[in-house]
Amino acid sequence: MVESRRYRNIVAYLVLLVGVVIVAFPVYLAILASTFDAATIINGNMPLIPGDQADENYYRTIFVGASSSTREPVGTMMLNSFIMAMGIAVGKILISILSAFAVVYFRFPLRMTAFWVIFITLMLPVEVRIYPTYKIVADLGLLDTYTGLILPLIASATGTLLFRQFFMTIPDELLEASKIDGAGAFRFFKDTLIPLSITTMAALFVIQFIYGWNQYLWPLLITTKSSMQTIVIGIKKMITTQDALTEWQIAMTTAVLAMVPPVLVVIFMQRLFVKGLVETEK
Amino acid sequence: MAGVTLDTVRKVYAGNVEAVKGVSLGIEDGSFCVLVGPSGCGKSTLLRMIAGLETISGGTVKIGDRVVNQIEPADRDIAMVFQNYALYPHMSVYDNMAYGLKNRGTPKDEIEKRVKEAARILAIESFLERKPRALSGGQRQRVAMGRAIVRKPQVFLFDEPLSNLDAKLRVQMRVEIKRLQRALGVTSIYVTHDQVEAMTLSDKLVVMSGGQIEQVGTPSDVYRRPETRFVATFIGSPPMNILPGKVEGPGRVSVGGQMIQVTDMRDGLAPGSAIEVGLRPEDVQAGTGAGFSALTMDVDFVEELGATQLFHGKVAGAEFVVQASTGQIPADTRSLTLSIDPSNVHLFDPQTTKRLGRV
Repeated sequence: MVESRRYRNIVAYLVLLVGVVIVAFPVYLAILASTFDAATIINGNMPLIPGDQADENYYRTIFVGASSSTREPVGTMMLNSFIMAMGIAVGKILISILSAFAVVYFRFPLRMTAFWVIFITLMLPVEVRIYPTYKIVADLGLLDTYTGLILPLIASATGTLLFRQFFMTIPDELLEASKIDGAGAFRFFKDTLIPLSITTMAALFVIQFIYGWNQYLWPLLITTKSSMQTIVIGIKKMITTQDALTEWQIAMTTAVLAMVPPVLVVIFMQRLFVKGLVETEK
Repeated sequence: MAGVTLDTVRKVYAGNVEAVKGVSLGIEDGSFCVLVGPSGCGKSTLLRMIAGLETISGGTVKIGDRVVNQIEPADRDIAMVFQNYALYPHMSVYDNMAYGLKNRGTPKDEIEKRVKEAARILAIESFLERKPRALSGGQRQRVAMGRAIVRKPQVFLFDEPLSNLDAKLRVQMRVEIKRLQRALGVTSIYVTHDQVEAMTLSDKLVVMSGGQIEQVGTPSDVYRRPETRFVATFIGSPPMNILPGKVEGPGRVSVGGQMIQVTDMRDGLAPGSAIEVGLRPEDVQAGTGAGFSALTMDVDFVEELGATQLFHGKVAGAEFVVQASTGQIPADTRSLTLSIDPSNVHLFDPQTTKRLGRV
């Protein structure tokens, strides 16, 4: 018994190890590449231990920009991406929690119709409705603005559904107890629903932040000024240059930098998840 | 402090389902009223209408002198204890109790005074800072009651508050609720399906069935003189035995050819007409006695309850149960002669199921 368990453990660890290597190696390569100069990368014999160009590369990427493709330093791009991702995440949480509150706790005419209309938008992601959305955003004069980047991506049903499902699990007696305790609809929302939804909000925040951060098609369409570029577009532009060699060390440094905020969000929010979980365990 | 008056209160749900069919009831100031009945009898709906959590389809509900039909739950001056306690999971015990007062704009020091006072009465002072999930069922129950007490309402409403507790704790909390209600003197309405809770807690017992009141009275009234067959078989454990019988004459009925004398029997019942004879398992004795009627019973099996034994069998072809102190009747008895005290016989009309006692 003991023998076979040890054997099974070894197999399990081997499988996991292979998985980790497959996932982690490209990331490691990107980090490696950000520590060499262009010549070392291009000659095709990049060593597997970090080089000595890291300071230079990161300084140039963040504050100066790639010389041949775009003059925009990555600092600006990251700020743009950050504003967009935050705007989408926060905006979506606000809109979803309010609409879910309305759908679950208020009896108004066409309530279920409203819910189904929201639900149907699930089948219409930005890519599908991109032309009409572009037209509207353009007509409103929102091209090359943060509002234009954020607003169309907030409108979708995932968050509303998530909060609706969560609100349905809250016992009715809690609402009734609040009523008897003299709390109106808004107080119930503020004092009971929001504190209970914190972990749901955190989950939605993580998903939406990363969704916003990784947007490619929409920012590509509506931003023309390089000062409004997001980092995902920036990487793409660095790789496809017309007349010059791709500055791979800068592109890779940018890619590494682009990974940092989502990773931070996940790490930070994971602590919130765990906190929520631990509290329910108590 | 205030009484509660219900006048032909009705509740009709969508689809014309009538859950409460015109209930009229007066609950005196400071009394403990228990609504009891099987599930689906409308008792909880009635309570929720008094609380204001359900709209009232017809009739009026008065708390004190005020008709409250159109008044919000928060303004009815009531407090409610729910079956699952409905404590706010994210608030500490203190905040749970203080929340209702805060919403009413009660000054902070007054809130603190009242919460501390309630916590002292309920012996929950030591965990005021804890969250509800860190408490046991009995402690949560106390917090739920604390939340009701701090408000100093006119009326307490209890919706099966002990159903989620284990049997031992239930007995203990039952006693505490009674003691607390006595001490505070607040009018209380308590809904339960447990007839033991109903009997022990109430000053006024209301037995409901099918959205209507079957009988209102003190627990001993309801036990001694059940007005319908439903009440007779619902109150009392094990339930009353009902035997098919025949009217023989004034004060006399027969069951399977065996004569039974009855003290409480309506005059003018036609001899030969069918009648139902109710006998409580604890009211029949083994053996014969002077002035008592006799019935023979075939015993099928015996249930041991410790202090008492239940003899299950048949009398005149109908199921019959006798409760006797352990050792009074040998457990291997196959046939029993039972003596019936004429004052312990209850008669019911087989058609209307109403009691056929003296008017």
